[in-house]
Amino acid sequence: MTGLLLVEQALNGAQFGLMLFLLAAGLTIVFGVMDMINLAHGSLYMVGAFLAAWITMQTGSFWVGLAGSVLLTAAIGMLIEATLLRTLYARDHLSQVLATFALILILNDGIKMLFGTDLPLSAPAALEGPVELPGGLRYPLWRLLIIGVGLAVAVGLYLLVQKTRVGALVRAGAANREMSMAMGVNVARLFTLVFGLGAALCAVAGALLGPLLAVQVGMGENILILAFVVIVIGGIGSIRGALIGSLLVGAVDTLGRTLLQSALREALPPQWASAAGPALASVAVYVLMAAVLVWRPQGLFPVRGG
Amino acid sequence: MTPRRIVLLAVAALAIALPWLLQALGADFYLSMASRIVVYGIAATALNLLLGYGGMVSLGQAAYFGLGAYVSGVLLTEGMQGALPHLAATVVICGLVALAIGAISLRTRGVYFIMITLAFAQMLFYLANSIKGYGGDEGLTVRSRVQLPLGLDLRDAETFYWVALAVLALVLWGLSRFVGSRLGQAVQALRDDEVRAEALGLPTFRVRLLVFVVAGVIGGVAGALNVNLQGYVSPASLHWTQSGTLLVMVILGGAGSLWGGVLGAAALLLLQEGLLAYTEHGEFWTGWVLLAVVLFARQGLAGIAPALKRRLARGGTAP
Repeated sequence: MTGLLLVEQALNGAQFGLMLFLLAAGLTIVFGVMDMINLAHGSLYMVGAFLAAWITMQTGSFWVGLAGSVLLTAAIGMLIEATLLRTLYARDHLSQVLATFALILILNDGIKMLFGTDLPLSAPAALEGPVELPGGLRYPLWRLLIIGVGLAVAVGLYLLVQKTRVGALVRAGAANREMSMAMGVNVARLFTLVFGLGAALCAVAGALLGPLLAVQVGMGENILILAFVVIVIGGIGSIRGALIGSLLVGAVDTLGRTLLQSALREALPPQWASAAGPALASVAVYVLMAAVLVWRPQGLFPVRGG
Repeated sequence: MTPRRIVLLAVAALAIALPWLLQALGADFYLSMASRIVVYGIAATALNLLLGYGGMVSLGQAAYFGLGAYVSGVLLTEGMQGALPHLAATVVICGLVALAIGAISLRTRGVYFIMITLAFAQMLFYLANSIKGYGGDEGLTVRSRVQLPLGLDLRDAETFYWVALAVLALVLWGLSRFVGSRLGQAVQALRDDEVRAEALGLPTFRVRLLVFVVAGVIGGVAGALNVNLQGYVSPASLHWTQSGTLLVMVILGGAGSLWGGVLGAAALLLLQEGLLAYTEHGEFWTGWVLLAVVLFARQGLAGIAPALKRRLARGGTAP
């Protein structure tokens, strides 16, 4: 394997990891502040991608599609939070798992009724080609843009959570919900806002990844589980943990695919190697998570205090 | 005879006579549906043991259901049809896998337990996808079936139904005995108050692990039956949404009640089948029904009869 290929794979890993971060950031705050398992988070990602694709089709502009999808998905997220999820905070994790599993069924089939099982979505033509990076690597401009957006969102979220008043309230809520409520924080309103923000981030990820992966019903399920893996590795409620966890998972998944593949090609017949490579890379992510949990049962950056 | 026993006997008689009843009604095509309900009833009862009695919320129960199906499916593909090897392999392999997964997962609590059981099931899902020799992501179709003693042929729909029903009866009988046993009491004490149970000197980790392994083995047997019913197993039977479906069945039926798993499996499968007749968007409505159950019927279906009885006893005024 050449150095150039390694750089390309590292970039792919960062790109995938940063998109995972967009999902994991919302999920970890929801989880951390309200102690709520939301399996339907991946469905918001799907809703965001479908809305982006549909609006893009109607208006002919990807950017209008992106903006419209972000606004609409945030609104849908807040609506779901205010009507359904709010009643589940006080319930046990099991009820939350079931109710949000039901939500997945409803959203999946609802999208299918409205838009069909899949929609086409492609990146703006100007951004589709490759660019030449220093060192001679030709890399797709769209993927670079995703990395840029991902980094910008990560920095923005970090500033929001660490430097603003809202961020301080979120952190206080994640560390000790009862105490911050006792101190007079309007956790309910804060939380609707946070949920809307999380949904908006889902829409960003859905719209940006749409042209790379397919916009189809069920797209949210697998990536949701990866986002859960990320936040469990990072420590529930920790934005920093979500970022580190996302990059780790992105790297293990992407590098695992290529490195394992080339290693397997040496050891196995080709038709076995090409099949086993991607599967083992997918497994590697879960091995990573199991190892982290055995080593640190609360994740890498535990947040919750007594 | 107590009224309870009379009801039990009536249900058993009805279940045994079902193939003849369906035949008399000219609706024998529903028999495979009944067999599916029985198979999923076994799988859901295994999860009910873990979840309802043991208090362990596993989102990875599909691991054992799928693994059992693959064990039996692979053995059939390799030309082995003896019932004993199939049973032994399913029990040993699912038991060992559950032992390994349980030993690691049970070190964590709460959400982390949910997530780590999920992660292990996903590992098996991706492994099954990668094994091209046994179908890979397209799944494995098997033409032969396990050969039972006495010349029983599982290809025969009625025979399969009765065999599965016998397994289900055995599992339910075992569960009812377990609930009253010392070990069963210990498990439920652990579920209700871990600190107190530990203070009473219960070996908490070992008790939990034992239940985890037994639930895995029963789940595996259900999976092995399923591949003999469908003649097909695919990685989808290991996917986390399958684990979610099993959870739904248990909660729908009533977690921690003996009949919860069976009731839930029957309710969900019949609901889906019934909706299919009217709409191609069955999942949409299933989701709403499920939401209603979570929000308004916290004890599941098994909780409805006692609640009604209480209400009648109080003259219909109290909730």
